Amino acid sequence: MEEIRTDVLVVGGGPAGLSAAAEAASAGADVLIAEGDLHLGGQLVKQSHKFFGSKDEFAGTRGFEIARLLRDEIAQCGDHVKIMLNTTVSGYYPDEKLVTAMVGEEEYVHISPKKIVLASGAQERLIPFPNNDLPGVYGAGAVQTLMNVYGVTPGKRVLMIGAGNIGLIVSYQLLQAGVEVAAILEAMPRIGGYWVHAAKVRRLGVPILLRHSISRAIGGDVVTGAMVCELDEKFAPVGEPQKVDCDTICLAVGLTPSNELLWQAGCKMKYVPFLCGHVPFRDKNMRTSNSDIWMAGDVCGIEEASAAMIEGRIAGMSAAASLGFKVSSENFEGCHARLHNLRAGEVGEKIRIGVSGVTVDGWEANV
Amino acid sequence: MKDDDIIICRCEEITQDEIRSWIDKGYRRFDELKRVLRVGMGPCQGRGCRDIILRELAKATGEPLDKIHPGTIRPPVKPIKLALCAYGKEAEPA
Repeated sequence: MEEIRTDVLVVGGGPAGLSAAAEAASAGADVLIAEGDLHLGGQLVKQSHKFFGSKDEFAGTRGFEIARLLRDEIAQCGDHVKIMLNTTVSGYYPDEKLVTAMVGEEEYVHISPKKIVLASGAQERLIPFPNNDLPGVYGAGAVQTLMNVYGVTPGKRVLMIGAGNIGLIVSYQLLQAGVEVAAILEAMPRIGGYWVHAAKVRRLGVPILLRHSISRAIGGDVVTGAMVCELDEKFAPVGEPQKVDCDTICLAVGLTPSNELLWQAGCKMKYVPFLCGHVPFRDKNMRTSNSDIWMAGDVCGIEEASAAMIEGRIAGMSAAASLGFKVSSENFEGCHARLHNLRAGEVGEKIRIGVSGVTVDGWEANV
Repeated sequence: MKDDDIIICRCEEITQDEIRSWIDKGYRRFDELKRVLRVGMGPCQGRGCRDIILRELAKATGEPLDKIHPGTIRPPVKPIKLALCAYGKEAEPA
């Protein structure tokens, strides 16, 4: 069995992973990026909207352009960064500190890294309803991939479930692609996403039905419609369900961290609703309770790509520093300040509460 | 399958009714349900169903979600041919 050695293994080539790799490599570490997809950039490659937030985090730039900037930064690192695409890390074995990975379906490799930055991202949540297994029921992220990466529209008329940012943005992109959006349903009494995204779809005439949910999908072999019901304060259905004609049902009901490798590594975990799932305890430099493992991005709590990129930089620098590579404390402080600014204000409140509940002091002392 | 069946574990085709009936019989941990129903043992290894089943367990036991054990998560995270594990790249015995 081939065994690949590296200073730092970065699991996931999205915004968090690429930022971590760039920092660790520019400090002098040899970095290997393992990415399951056929290209680097993670979810950024399909984000055609402009980002908000701070200028330091590419506000005003479209997501896929941010992915290109990060890939350029990685290219600048030369031989310090090796990239394995189509490579899914499949296991971590703490006793041997060994990582296993599948390259495609026919190759299996062992990787023996000194340190690991896990940036494996998130997965889409599903909700149960009758006929949820019919062809035509999609995750919103999957629809975005189909359209913006592969140029395929999922259907002709979509019912969107969820008015968070993903539901709103994907609805807008469906409209841009010439697909009708029958309605956007939201179980909560308010829109979860940014007002500007909601305003865009409303201006185009798409109804956003608050306190509404799907009660079942309709169809024989494929989706031909859905029954939609109103909800009361306790989220119980009230009144008669209404039929909506559609050939696609798109679920944008949230993400949850892809944390399997953190469990396998024995990292101390906690369920944090504000971070959307089980997340690891961490020190301020993104190190987990396993002193060989750092993490960054959605895997440590669902947040935006801008925060993922800063966490990645912090994790990459910290992992490199633990191997004796020189990292400027100015850089560290700068990143901490940027992350602090990004989470300031009302929008970041839940994240701040969530993160503070799993942040600990002093794991640095365990080196 | 009944018309109103709700599939929770798509990989192993396990319905909400099946899960609820085993919870009623006293199976109160994800891992226990996994052993009797194979939920979370298919190609996606629980990525689709774990969340929903933990909510069912929380509802049935009255425990908050953070007290419900999510089950033991072991490698591999995606299916792999046994021959690849056994023989590596050249997946043929010598």
